[in-house]
Amino acid sequence: MSVLQALDLRRRSASTVPPPPAGKAAAVEVAKLIDVSKCIGCKACQAACLEWNDLQQPIGVTDGTYNNPTDLTPTSFTVMRFAEHEHGDELEWLIRKDGCMHCDDPGCLKACPAPGAIVQYTNGIVDFISENCIGCAYCVKGCPFNIPRISKVDHKAYKCTLCSDRVVVGQAPACAKACPTQAIYFGTKADMTAHAAKRIIDLKSRGYGNAGLYDPPGVGGTHVMYVLHHADKPSLYSGLPDNPRISPMVGLWKGMLKPISLAAIAFAGVFGLLHYVAKGPNRVTEHDEEQAAELEERKGA
Amino acid sequence: MTVEAKPVSRYTTAARINHWITAVSLILLALSGLALFHPSLFFLTGLFGGGQLTRALHPWIGVVLAVSFLGLFIRFFSLNFWKREDTIWMKNLGKVINNEEEGLPELGKYNAGQKLVFWGQSILILLLFCSGIVLWDTYFADITTIDQKRLAAVAHALCAIAAILIWIVHVYAAIWVKGTLRAMTRGSVTGGWAWKHHRKWFRQEVGKP
Repeated sequence: MSVLQALDLRRRSASTVPPPPAGKAAAVEVAKLIDVSKCIGCKACQAACLEWNDLQQPIGVTDGTYNNPTDLTPTSFTVMRFAEHEHGDELEWLIRKDGCMHCDDPGCLKACPAPGAIVQYTNGIVDFISENCIGCAYCVKGCPFNIPRISKVDHKAYKCTLCSDRVVVGQAPACAKACPTQAIYFGTKADMTAHAAKRIIDLKSRGYGNAGLYDPPGVGGTHVMYVLHHADKPSLYSGLPDNPRISPMVGLWKGMLKPISLAAIAFAGVFGLLHYVAKGPNRVTEHDEEQAAELEERKGA
Repeated sequence: MTVEAKPVSRYTTAARINHWITAVSLILLALSGLALFHPSLFFLTGLFGGGQLTRALHPWIGVVLAVSFLGLFIRFFSLNFWKREDTIWMKNLGKVINNEEEGLPELGKYNAGQKLVFWGQSILILLLFCSGIVLWDTYFADITTIDQKRLAAVAHALCAIAAILIWIVHVYAAIWVKGTLRAMTRGSVTGGWAWKHHRKWFRQEVGKP
């Protein structure tokens, strides 16, 4: 992806990344803000995503809900999830555009064993670099949001790129561009946070006392944020995690376990070598052979 | 001039082939598994034709190991039950390590160390097989939850490291105790070796017609 060479890396899977060249201005952190309260569920964002990324979602089946396709797939990086929520006497239709949250501390990148298959740019976007992907699905285990999908065709992982190839040339993601109600904003993370604050004040004035910004600290914040009318209960929105964080099991697997394991293997090898040097081989003596021959003779006789 | 003791048959040809299929697959699994376990060892994927092929081949080699090891298990499990002399042997492990095992009880076909290797690998390979199925996304992605997959990943790594450590002990013992390796290459050991290390088994073998 040569176009992305214009973006410096902050993190690279299974690798250490040298700092960006000195003197180069640090990239501004970007974010997409999805205002769930303004979403009408038209799926223009889904169509725009397919269009820009040149994806073809095979025709599937409907399950009787508006969710279509019913889940994220290797060719659908974003889907609208429709939830019916009874709020007192009112029925609320909570429609959430699901997709990669672009965590500041990405679990997928932490879990990835293939050098450079997952990168995080200094602007915060987390991107899968397909040519380095080996299809192991460790990213699926690392992700706190259940986002990556493995293609059965080429055995590589896919997810939203936050249109990194548009952002690099100063364009907003395709979904944001297509949204007819401007429920999807894109800009610097600071601007998006400030804009969200205004929207939350507006929502609170309209009776949504628990309105708030979803920018979960458990993953270091995200570069895709939601304005929620019920920020106290994110799980109302089709299972958006209330307090997402990288699983401690992934932390153990990708943390302590790695150096300790290699040290144990090295120790076992060194111990064997030292034992051989110190104690020497265990040899059969002439006496043993004589005793054995004697026994054989006695029994054979 | 004393009479040379005759060699004693220890492993049939079939058992030896079974052992070496297991050995080769275990080494290939360790190399491909470690390649995906630690970034510093990712270069080992080159031995298997790249990352995608390593990811695809590793579970299939695991199937070969599981089937092959099952063969070894059926062959040898009855010879690996724990006996009273094994406890005594373990208590005198220090002497054994110092090459001073004279005076310890006479042993059957396997000593306590070999039995622990046997049971250790039996349990670990079972756990590795089960957790490996959970991690085999190409075919079994949909049968478990993501949390179960995370647990399987940790268990698979832990068991694999334990199995590699046991494998190191196993290989080192064969290097350290001279005359052992020919049991798995030619199938027989010298009478002196049998007398020194597995005297009870030796007496039985000599007694056979």
